[in-house]
Amino acid sequence: MIEKDVSNAGMARGVPPVWADGHALDVGAIRRQFPILKREVNGHPLVYLDSANTSQKPEPVIAALDDYYRRYNANIHRGVYQIAEEATAAYEAARQKVARFVNARSVREIVFTRNVTEAINLVRYSWGRANVHRGDRILLTEMEHHSNLVPWQLLAAETGAELDFLRIDSQGRLDLEGLDRKLEGVRLLAFAHQSNTLGTINPVPILVAAARRAGAHVLIDGAQAVPHMPVDVQAIGADFYGFTGHKMCGPTGIGVLWARRELLEAMPPFLAGGEMIKRVSLRNASWNELPWKFEAGTQAIAEAIGLGAAVDYLCGLGMAAVREHERALVDYALERMQDVSGITLYGPQDPDLHGGAISFSLANVHPHDLATLIDQEGIAVRAGHHCTQPLMETLGVPATTRASFYVYNRPDEVDQLVGAIGRAQKVFTG
Amino acid sequence: MSSDLYREQILEHYRNPHNFGEIQDADITQEGDNPLCGDMITMYLKLDDGRLGSVKFRGRGCAISQASASILTDLVMGRPVDELKRFPTQALLDELGIPISPARMKCATLSVNTLRVALGAGVEDEDDAD
Ligand SMILES: Cc1ncc(COP(=O)(O)O)c(C=O)c1O
Repeated sequence: MIEKDVSNAGMARGVPPVWADGHALDVGAIRRQFPILKREVNGHPLVYLDSANTSQKPEPVIAALDDYYRRYNANIHRGVYQIAEEATAAYEAARQKVARFVNARSVREIVFTRNVTEAINLVRYSWGRANVHRGDRILLTEMEHHSNLVPWQLLAAETGAELDFLRIDSQGRLDLEGLDRKLEGVRLLAFAHQSNTLGTINPVPILVAAARRAGAHVLIDGAQAVPHMPVDVQAIGADFYGFTGHKMCGPTGIGVLWARRELLEAMPPFLAGGEMIKRVSLRNASWNELPWKFEAGTQAIAEAIGLGAAVDYLCGLGMAAVREHERALVDYALERMQDVSGITLYGPQDPDLHGGAISFSLANVHPHDLATLIDQEGIAVRAGHHCTQPLMETLGVPATTRASFYVYNRPDEVDQLVGAIGRAQKVFTG
Repeated sequence: MSSDLYREQILEHYRNPHNFGEIQDADITQEGDNPLCGDMITMYLKLDDGRLGSVKFRGRGCAISQASASILTDLVMGRPVDELKRFPTQALLDELGIPISPARMKCATLSVNTLRVALGAGVEDEDDAD
C-alpha cells in the first residue's frame, strides 16, 4: 500500500504544479506519437475532429497497457509475490500521478471509477442518499450532459428533492442573474466545467463562491476540462470533481472521482464486495480505508496504469500549452467557419471562454448527412444531440454537428473541414 | 463528393417528398422518432376496405430518414393492410438503393418501423435492422 501525501508536491513549496509551463506544442512531433493518425479512411488521411467524444491514444499509453499484460499481469492488493507487488505499485503510482495532476491534497482523495458517469453516480448513491432530503433543492444547468442530469433526476424522484436549472444566454454562457437567489435551499450545485456541446468554459470561481455562501455542496463534471486545461481541485474548492480517462489520452474503462477527504470518510460505501472491506463476518463488515473503500472488486488495473501514462504524457506537453493550443485553434476555426454560408455557430464567440469544441448547424444540410458526407473525405465529426437533449431543445434544433480539437489537431484540418462543408452543401443545393 | 451515397433520387425525394402532408380525417396517426439524431415523422393512414387507401407523412430530419419515408409511401399506397404488417424492411432498403451504414440504419428504417407500429404490428427484429 502506498500512502503518500501529495500536499507539498509542488504548490506548497512555491514550485509551479506539473502542468504550469509555458512552451508551445510541437504538433508535428505529437502527431507522430499517435499511431492512428497514420491511417487512411475512405482513401484520405484521417482528420479526427471528435476528441470531445473520445481522444486518440499516444504510444506511451498503448505501451503501458501492453507492458502490464506482457510482463506483470496480476491482481492488486492481494498477492505477496513479485509480479503482484509490481502491479499494485504501478496501480497506486497511477493514482499518485492523477492526484498530482489535479493537485489533490492527498492521494486518498482519488477514487478510481469506470468513467465520469460512474463517479457522478457514486456521489448520487453514496452522498446523495444520505444527504439529500425531501424539499431540498438540486441546482443544475441546462447544458449538462445526461451523465450529470439523469442521476440527479433519479435522486430527486427517490428523495422528493426538487431540481432547478441555470439557463444559458444566446452565446451559450450561463445566465448568472439571480444566482444567489437560485441557490437558496440548494443542497447540491452540479455543473460541467466545460460544456461538451457548446464548448463553453463555465465561470467556476463565481459558481463555487456563490454555492459556498449558500451552504450548498458543489459537484463539477470535469470530463471536458481535465483533458484540456490546467485543473487544480484545491484552488477550485469544490466538494466533488469527476473526470474520465478516455477523453485525456487514456484508455476507456477508467475514470476518477476526486472528493474532499472528510466527505469521503463520512460517506457510506457505494459498491460492496471484495477489496472495499476491512473485516467481514457472516453478518457484518467494516470498510477499508480511503480510497479503497470505494473500489470494490477487481479494478481496471491496466486501464489505471494506462491513465497514469496518459497523465505523464500530458504533463510532458504542459497543460497550459495544451489549453493555449486549443484556444488558438478555436479562435482560427470560429473565424473560418463564420464565413460559411448558412451556418449557425453555437457557444461563446470569445475564444477565452470557448474550449476546443464547436457546435454548428447548416441551413441546408442536416448534421447526420453532413457527417456522413465528410466521412467520405476521412473527416470524423460528431452529429447528434451529444447527450444533451434538453440543450438541443433550448437551441431549437434536433441535432448539431460538432467539431472538437485536441493536441494533435492543426489549423489545416480546420481548412479541410471548411472545404468539405462547402462540398457537402453543393451536394444538397446542386 | 460521394454521389453514390446521396444519389439524385434520394435528394429529389428529400427536396420534394411524395405524399407529404396531413390527412385530416385519418384513421390512424402515428408518430415515430429517432432520438439518436432527432429525426421525427408522423404518418397519417386512411384505411379503405382492408387496404391502405391513403397515406401521408410529415417530418423533419436527415435526408435519409425523410427520403425513405417518401419512398415508403409510394411503395405501400393501396396495398392490403395484412400484407403491410409484414412489409419487409429490406424492400425499402432495396428501393433506397444506397449503402446504409449501421450508424444510419435507424434513419433509413424510421418510416417503415413507424408504419408497422401504426398498423399494430411489431417492429422487425431490431438486431437485424440495426
Ligand atoms: C461533459 C461530459 N460529462 C460526462 C460525459 C460522460 O463521460 P463517460 O461516458 O466517460 O462517463 C461526457 C462525455 O461523453 C461529457 O462530455
